[in-house]
Amino acid sequence: MIDLRNKNFTRRILSKIPLILLFVSVLNNYDFNYLGLKYFSFNFSYIIIFYYSLKKSESLGYTYIFIAGLFNDVIVGTPMGLSSLMYLILCVAASYLRNITLRPSLLKDCIFFLITILIINSLLFISLNFIFNYELSYFDQIINITYTFLFYFLFSNIFDFFESYFVGSNNAG
Amino acid sequence: MEPSRDDFVIALRSAFLKKETKQRFSLLSLIFFSIILLILGNFNFKAINYTKIVIKEIVYRSSFIVSVPENLLKEGYLTIQNHNRLYKENEKNKLELATLKAKDLLNEFIVLENQRLKSVVDDYKVEVGTVLARVLSDKESPFLKSIIINKGSKQGINLGMIAMDGEYLTGKVVEVNYLSSRILLLSDLNSKIPVVVEPNGLLSILSGTGEDYGVIQYSKKYEDIQSQSIIYTSGTSNLFKAGIPIGRINSNFTNDQKKVEFFSDFSQLKFVKISSFKKSEEE
Repeated sequence: MIDLRNKNFTRRILSKIPLILLFVSVLNNYDFNYLGLKYFSFNFSYIIIFYYSLKKSESLGYTYIFIAGLFNDVIVGTPMGLSSLMYLILCVAASYLRNITLRPSLLKDCIFFLITILIINSLLFISLNFIFNYELSYFDQIINITYTFLFYFLFSNIFDFFESYFVGSNNAG
Repeated sequence: MEPSRDDFVIALRSAFLKKETKQRFSLLSLIFFSIILLILGNFNFKAINYTKIVIKEIVYRSSFIVSVPENLLKEGYLTIQNHNRLYKENEKNKLELATLKAKDLLNEFIVLENQRLKSVVDDYKVEVGTVLARVLSDKESPFLKSIIINKGSKQGINLGMIAMDGEYLTGKVVEVNYLSSRILLLSDLNSKIPVVVEPNGLLSILSGTGEDYGVIQYSKKYEDIQSQSIIYTSGTSNLFKAGIPIGRINSNFTNDQKKVEFFSDFSQLKFVKISSFKKSEEE
């Protein structure tokens, strides 16, 4: 009985890991600047939000995603609510893809993810540049999108592995 | 079967409006809330500003704690990078040392060859009767720059012997007593030493000034002397061996006076080496 309770407790903790990862990623803002790589950046938050909204929407929760967006705005210094809006649009896209998908495939997910982040970054670029008068490097955005897209393959597999071996959920994959 | 327009609308409406399990708000309501936040924030709405301040306080403090593991990782990475750089530097230094050792061997050969050639032309002098002496007192008079040493005629000190601080010339013995001697420093007004200015190879006379520097005098090609040139004894008088380093031409000199900064700091002398030289065949 105690063993069963312990297992449930561990599973509950493990199920919260995506949420913890999301908040750590927005608060810490993984930039890997110290590596000294000039043309390298990726958006881990986009990957985790898209993956979990698509595969296991109950793991993150839209309200937490909204709050994470607010935190990201504070850290990055963008107008309050902008990142939340982008994260939520990402959730809408993931939710739409989930609704129309009958047979999930990683390649289709990736292509849809690429289209979504292209739209999101375009919206972000337009709103920051033309409405809020922020200077953004177009080239840096392209680099960010490219690496975010490429890393989706890697992280998607890592999350799949994590969900099937540690959390043991049937929803993943 | 192709998906119809209705399917697209249904899927989109479901994405926007359907609340998932454990979700309190629909995506559409949160999107509206974000847009309202953006608009009100842009108009500097007071309540939004206060909310911003509260969120910022929470975020900045949390961010500090959350970034601890990444900072540790960063420090570890930088330490490894430093070690790597040090290793590469060490490898480079080893190579450089090997090259310098090879050069040193070549240099040794050149020195020996030079000695042999000088002895052929009857110009080679060898160091004889070196005595190490302690400085008893130094005269700080503006008119006399000299030091008293604790060695005299008893220890074999003779008039005209030279005093050296390590490998640098400092002066010559001008007074010998039984147990002490006086050395006239190069900076003294009365000191006149035949020197050669390298790299030009110009022969000249170095005079003391009574200050802590000397001046180059009696040189025909005075304007050819460049700054940072090194001054050595020329060995033209029989007192000094040629090639003892003395000092360097000061880069801040004026054209009418070439100042020489001595290599040795005369105010800090504790011990001096008293030597004399004679031709190798006389030995």
